[in-house]
Amino acid sequence: LSVFCLGPGAGQDVGRSCILVSIAGKNVMLDCGMHMGYNDDRRFPDFSYITQNGRLTDFLDCVIISHFHLDHCGALPYFSEMVGYDGPIYMTHPTKAICPILLEDYRKITVDKKGETNFFTSQMIKDCMKKVVAVHLHQTVQVDEELEIKAYYAGHVLGAAMFQIKVGCESVVYTGDYNMTPDRHLGAAWIDKCRPDLLISESTYATTIRDSKRCRERDFLKKVHETVERGGKVLIPVFALGRAQELCILLETFWERMNLKAPIYFSTGLTEKANHYYKLFITWTNQKIRKTFVQRNMFEFKHIKAFDRAFADNPGPMVVFATPGMLHAGQSLQIFRKWAGNEKNMVIMPGYCVQGTVGHKILSGQRKLEMEGRQILEVKMQVEYMSFSAHADAKGIMQLIRQAEPRNVLLVHGEAKKMEFLKQKIEQEF
Amino acid sequence: FFQYCLSGHPTLPCNVLKFKSTTIMLDCGLDMTSTLNFLPLPLVQSPRLSKLPGWVLKDGSTFLDKELKECSGHVFVDSVPEFCLPETELLDLSTVDVILISNYHCMMALPYITEYTGFTGTVYATEPTVQIGRLLMEELVNSIERVPKAQSASMWKNKEVQRLLPAPLKDAVEVSMWRKCYTMPEVNAALSKIQLVGYSQKIELFGAVQVTPLSSGYALGSSNWIIQSHYEKVSYVSGSSLLTTHPQPMDQASLKNSDVLILTGLTQIPTANPDGMVGEFCSNLAMTVRNGGNVLVPCYPSGVIYDLLECLYQYIDSAGLSNVPFYFISPVANSSLEFSQIFAEWLCHNKQTKVYLPEPPFPHAELIQTNKLKHYPSIHGDFSNDFKQPCVVFTGHPSLRFGDVVHFMELWGKSSLNTVIFTEPDFSYLDALAPYQPLAMKCVYCPIDTRLNFIQVSKLLKEVQPLHVVCPEQYTQPPPTQSHRTDLMIDCQPPPMSYRRAEVLTLPYKRRYEKIEIMPELADSLVPLEIKPGISLATVSAVLHTKDNKHVLQLPPKPPQPAASKKRKRVSDDVPECKPLKPLLSGSIPVDQFVQTLEKHGFSDVKVEDTAKGHIVLLQEAETLIQIEEDSTHIICDNDEPLRVKLRDLVLKFLQKF
Repeated sequence: LSVFCLGPGAGQDVGRSCILVSIAGKNVMLDCGMHMGYNDDRRFPDFSYITQNGRLTDFLDCVIISHFHLDHCGALPYFSEMVGYDGPIYMTHPTKAICPILLEDYRKITVDKKGETNFFTSQMIKDCMKKVVAVHLHQTVQVDEELEIKAYYAGHVLGAAMFQIKVGCESVVYTGDYNMTPDRHLGAAWIDKCRPDLLISESTYATTIRDSKRCRERDFLKKVHETVERGGKVLIPVFALGRAQELCILLETFWERMNLKAPIYFSTGLTEKANHYYKLFITWTNQKIRKTFVQRNMFEFKHIKAFDRAFADNPGPMVVFATPGMLHAGQSLQIFRKWAGNEKNMVIMPGYCVQGTVGHKILSGQRKLEMEGRQILEVKMQVEYMSFSAHADAKGIMQLIRQAEPRNVLLVHGEAKKMEFLKQKIEQEF
Repeated sequence: FFQYCLSGHPTLPCNVLKFKSTTIMLDCGLDMTSTLNFLPLPLVQSPRLSKLPGWVLKDGSTFLDKELKECSGHVFVDSVPEFCLPETELLDLSTVDVILISNYHCMMALPYITEYTGFTGTVYATEPTVQIGRLLMEELVNSIERVPKAQSASMWKNKEVQRLLPAPLKDAVEVSMWRKCYTMPEVNAALSKIQLVGYSQKIELFGAVQVTPLSSGYALGSSNWIIQSHYEKVSYVSGSSLLTTHPQPMDQASLKNSDVLILTGLTQIPTANPDGMVGEFCSNLAMTVRNGGNVLVPCYPSGVIYDLLECLYQYIDSAGLSNVPFYFISPVANSSLEFSQIFAEWLCHNKQTKVYLPEPPFPHAELIQTNKLKHYPSIHGDFSNDFKQPCVVFTGHPSLRFGDVVHFMELWGKSSLNTVIFTEPDFSYLDALAPYQPLAMKCVYCPIDTRLNFIQVSKLLKEVQPLHVVCPEQYTQPPPTQSHRTDLMIDCQPPPMSYRRAEVLTLPYKRRYEKIEIMPELADSLVPLEIKPGISLATVSAVLHTKDNKHVLQLPPKPPQPAASKKRKRVSDDVPECKPLKPLLSGSIPVDQFVQTLEKHGFSDVKVEDTAKGHIVLLQEAETLIQIEEDSTHIICDNDEPLRVKLRDLVLKFLQKF
């Protein structure tokens, strides 16, 4: 049993996940992510470790994608169509549905807007998706006679799954990203006592034990409310799917309760579509939403309307959800540039930002940003960080370890220092 | 291996399988054909029904005229309708470990089993099965509870009285076991015992048995089940379909290599082609509406109705029906339509692709959006305001004994412009109509049953080749009304074993092997000896450790050290002390040579008898027997130990030791 992290991605840095596991003679690639902080070759994993020994298809028995975030699946068309892989790729149904849309969106930003070449095409995304086999939760998929895989619910985003990989009596569990507490739209990750030889767990929030969800929500609402009250504009950079829906549900109910009038907008395109995916895949959301969806579908919003680019210049308060979440390109960055100069405004970063992105820079306190064309942008607006991204915290990771009872634990997808801390904690307790 | 057969209805099965120390109930079907013997429950008081004359015995006695009413030559029980439960006396149902559900039609008896028999186990079913099963139960409870009936007839059930009744009441089985409908709290309690499973999920039962649901292609979330241990495999096929309708296609490959295949839930209308029936359905519907009549479609709130709506969606405009309102009336109509759209993973490939777009998989979403299809919880309220004729109404229950359908039968029955179209195959349409006779409205019978027909079954059996087939007795002979159609029965070799209600079958299968794991350290110490080319043997001395029905061979304990200390010797709890090993014997004894050897050693009166299992060698003078069988040899001699030892040594000469 051996584990290899492809390139400087997943091992120690929240950047891109791509892990190679060899188990009893079978080779499985776990996730195929890209790094959003880079614009050159470094954004994709380095597959030469595999290709120097021949073709990917001959070497790999299968590829597993845990969820649709680009740091977990963004390199997939590059990997399968440009490097060349024809074997099976496994993911859950919602991931299979949403993944190609995010890939296409990302391709458009990169190629059409930034004019980069040497990138995958729309056709490559389509061809890549043809190699995908969708799996049900808890279904035992027999990849070949010896290798079997099984998906477990992971929370985190719609369709996210943890995977058990099993050959004979050896087994590995790969968590992808997961969260152990149910939120406003998703349930908590769950796994049975499968006692794997190795548990590969993400550790984005390895050192944090986060305060209660309710406090964070109250905090968030208070900040949004105050800004709107004093006539400011609130920008919330999000990814189209995931946190966005949770925060929308939160704001929608708050606006309803407080009878607020300031408009809430959601940047168009992906988002309406995104809400539609949530409606159709409602069985993947949390119990409360599933139970009441016939009477009231939580993803049909009354107060939240589609955003038009011209609205950004409207006077008066407003709240805008805009993509992408790390302020590295697209509409969220455009709006940010417009509003950054006014101290009445606020930007709320509800998730983690990788190094190199504008999001990461302003969160680390930088107030003078060098933009394209050597322009300097001075940030006067308030910058707030709220950890809403649905990753397991230290407590959650320990909880999962208790559930699965693995013989060994491997932490990935986190920062070195934090992982060291958690390592000690795990050693203490188990 | 035993199978207890608790239901005689081939499409609403309820069997209990005893398999390797587990007791597994397969499906929990509720036979609702019993309700055909009852008068309909009208939502609004019906003068016609309340004026029906009481039934009078031939000798003129009238003591039953309150309980039994006569309508057009048929006799009906005037009481709350009752259902025929699965047998509850054949075995103690509290010993059932798990219940496996194959589809939502086959779980309707669940509350009776889980709430009244002391059942403490787990029920396994897929998510669509549970959700839609809940809707079916809700509709059933709702349509019976909202029409409270004062009378509950029981006199007619007396055996002496029942004998005097006309058919079919006279021949109704187990009437004393018929029960009234359960309540919502009982439904909720029953459903709370269900654990959700996905297709191809392997579920371990006590470490002894593994069960796995497979897609059966018949309905949303419908499944066949594999019940297997390491060396035995039973397939339970119930309600499967090879037609392309909305559900995920049937998984046939996983049924291969079964020792026993239990086959239930075949089509109830083997002579009708479902596609042809759908065509007839559409043309009859269009004709009636064009002539200004209304169409009534008695149906369940889920299942075939989705396919019918999809056909109509394509058909409406071309048939010029775009202005005709379609009504779907059921307390669960809205839920059913909504639920159908969220089970993408359980749908056929085409529908899945639509969800990826993302679009609703079923076109009834568009019918609702464009106001062509409207749904209502009942005929009261909004419906009475919106109601326009001519129209098409989908509503339940298909038995025509309760639900809103009763109202429409009373309302539309008198006009020959209207048509009732039967699509559900579970009830004889003539029996369903009996209490409404005389009837002017047209009746069209287009039963749509997508389950396997006999041609498909014989193809399937050839494909998966089970060693034995077990099925309800109805499938081993042609249907009673078409006794010449020998093609309408299961044809396979060896012939299927058949069962009927309240029978216990011994499945033709013996357990011969058990899987045992060997610890690596122990495996290392083995020295195999080749006794025949290609066959090597090794002796194993080990401790057999059995826990959770898993067997592991561990290294034997080291011989106890001579007690040096004065400490009291600890009695080891899990490892027995090791005895010196006796040599193991193998080989067979050639009788002729053995007799010669005996004679050489001075036994003169040797006689040999052949038996079914081997030979008996008789030593008459010594009054001694030597039984030689395939797997045992016995020397039977009374009180002559030296003789026994002598004979034993002679026997041992013929055997190999190692």
